[in-house]
Amino acid sequence: MTDKSIRQAHADPGKVHDVVIVGGGPAGLALALALHMAPGVEVDVAVVERGNGEPPNDPRGWAIAEGPRRVLDAVGAWVDVATRSGEVREMVISDTPLGDAVRPSLLNLGGTDNEHDPVAWIVPAGALHGALLMRARETGIAVHTGTSVTGFEQAGAYASLATASGGFIKARLVVAADGVRSPLRSMAGIRTVGWDYGQTGIVTTVSHQFPHEGRAFQHFLPGGPFALLPLPGNRSSVVWTEESGKAKRLLALDDLSFMAEFALRAGPELGDFALEGPRGGFPLNLLIARKFAVQRLALIGDAAHRVHPLAGQGLNLGLKDVAALAEIIVDSLRLGIDPGAVTQLEQYERWRRFDVFQMAVATDGINRLFSPDIAPLRVLRDIGMGLVDRSGLLKTWILREAAGVTGSAPKLVQGLPL
Amino acid sequence: MTKAAPQRTTIDDAEVARFSALSREWWNPAGKFRVLHKFNPVRLAYIRDHVCSHFGHSPQSSKPFEGLRILDIGCGGGLIAEPMARLGAEVVAADASRTNIEVAKIHAEESGVPVDYRETTAEALAEAGEQFDIVLNLEVVEHVADVNLFMEACCAMVKPGGLMFVATINRTPKAFALAIVGAEYVLGWLPKGTHSWDKFVTPAELDEALAGNGMHRIDQTGVFYNVLMDQWRPARDMDVNYMILAAKPA
Repeated sequence: MTDKSIRQAHADPGKVHDVVIVGGGPAGLALALALHMAPGVEVDVAVVERGNGEPPNDPRGWAIAEGPRRVLDAVGAWVDVATRSGEVREMVISDTPLGDAVRPSLLNLGGTDNEHDPVAWIVPAGALHGALLMRARETGIAVHTGTSVTGFEQAGAYASLATASGGFIKARLVVAADGVRSPLRSMAGIRTVGWDYGQTGIVTTVSHQFPHEGRAFQHFLPGGPFALLPLPGNRSSVVWTEESGKAKRLLALDDLSFMAEFALRAGPELGDFALEGPRGGFPLNLLIARKFAVQRLALIGDAAHRVHPLAGQGLNLGLKDVAALAEIIVDSLRLGIDPGAVTQLEQYERWRRFDVFQMAVATDGINRLFSPDIAPLRVLRDIGMGLVDRSGLLKTWILREAAGVTGSAPKLVQGLPL
Repeated sequence: MTKAAPQRTTIDDAEVARFSALSREWWNPAGKFRVLHKFNPVRLAYIRDHVCSHFGHSPQSSKPFEGLRILDIGCGGGLIAEPMARLGAEVVAADASRTNIEVAKIHAEESGVPVDYRETTAEALAEAGEQFDIVLNLEVVEHVADVNLFMEACCAMVKPGGLMFVATINRTPKAFALAIVGAEYVLGWLPKGTHSWDKFVTPAELDEALAGNGMHRIDQTGVFYNVLMDQWRPARDMDVNYMILAAKPA
């Protein structure tokens, strides 16, 4: 899939871009598109990507809530993704040790906000990445593939990125969208806080005997949360958390034994299962950058934060970063203000940090609360979830929060143009 | 864009070095002029929105000021002049301080923004017959020796149908408490002695000066600092910082 509109050439050395985004993943591409498509403003934006620009073979499924979905819609990537995504209409959450045959559901979320709208969508990672790449090509955004960044330097009116091939790319604002291990974040000397969960997320796709009817299942098992997330047809995306050593052994099993272990955890609701896609393992950790922005550099997506996947908030947080940063950049340009000035970027940080921190604490807390198989804890959390289930207001709040539409949300998250 | 030191014949290398250091200081958003950097977006938004609605340009565009000739009088390090030029205006920026002008020139060269910086006064520009669509008169009247003379020169340079923005500090007890005691002594935002209270100008005094020079006020707003948000916001309260927009009949 080579395409000449993805420009491979290095940037003109004398040129200073408005914005250069390092990392051509979903967050980086969505930001490039949002800036490129902003009405009235011509934003000179380029993307620098280490890889070859092809969507990686990623077995993950992303949960996307309504607010972040609007961001994808605004950049024109949703149409393609929608048909390949599953609609979540109900979340069934249970908490049962492995041996129990019956799993009483603790909490049924769904139907309390708007009967007709899905609670979330489950988007295959590859499909999303592919749709964003296609949009980037269609709109003619410069994507410099095969380009590694080896240095970041602030040079007064702009920042300069050194590339592995000995060139330099200059921009008034550099955006780090280069993932959880963000080399750019390290080059800029931004430190992080966080810890490993000692857990690995096993991800794959399965087909099942009975239709899921839009139900997402989350079983809080001793090894960690186990989620089945609906995809089109009788298929579901799997996020299966286990202690890392155990996950490694499970991943090493042949398909038959793997699926036997899987069936033990999946519960009876969907009947028999069959493996539908490759398996992958992702070590889970919590990581938050101490700063989301410094002079001439902003961090988005996993480069800024990584949270436990149990609430399916990883890409949602990233797309909210995209919406907030795009709005601040475009507002700056419409005032003739340097978009890389830290006074502007501080607004981005203030806007996003609380949301990210809240989600990190919530997912971390839930994971800790649910993982140990201690009877009194189970009773406590069963009561807690039961209370939530009976309280309409609280349920509505949780749903709205999960949909990402509370608070002073960025325009793109609210479905408004920039 | 070249990074070579600007070639000047009238000043020596040591001075260029001093100006470069000062330029970095003016433009350091975390430095001495942080308060101006924080203040800038609210002033710029006010200017942009009113200019666009007056001249019928789109505020969504990144070049809404194309075709407009703007004077920034008392431009300092160029914190307003550069954004004006970026928005597409032809900008003349004047300051009586040679240091400020050199500092601003160095930064504009570095950023590749075309601004015509001049070490001169409003009176001299008016004398030379300069005319502008928009005169920006921001945080200056509280520093000049003769407000009426200064306003006369500024008003004379506004083309018929043109605009003048005046931003300054009101002469009220609240302004004394906040803009002098608060900003200079308590928060240390501004060097002590930056402002003297008796030189602050009331909106009524500005109205009078405008009316005497063929212009009239068409809008006004207070600007207030929200401590919790660390942000300046437009406000109805004009007791401390405020802005006035005046028009000259076509």
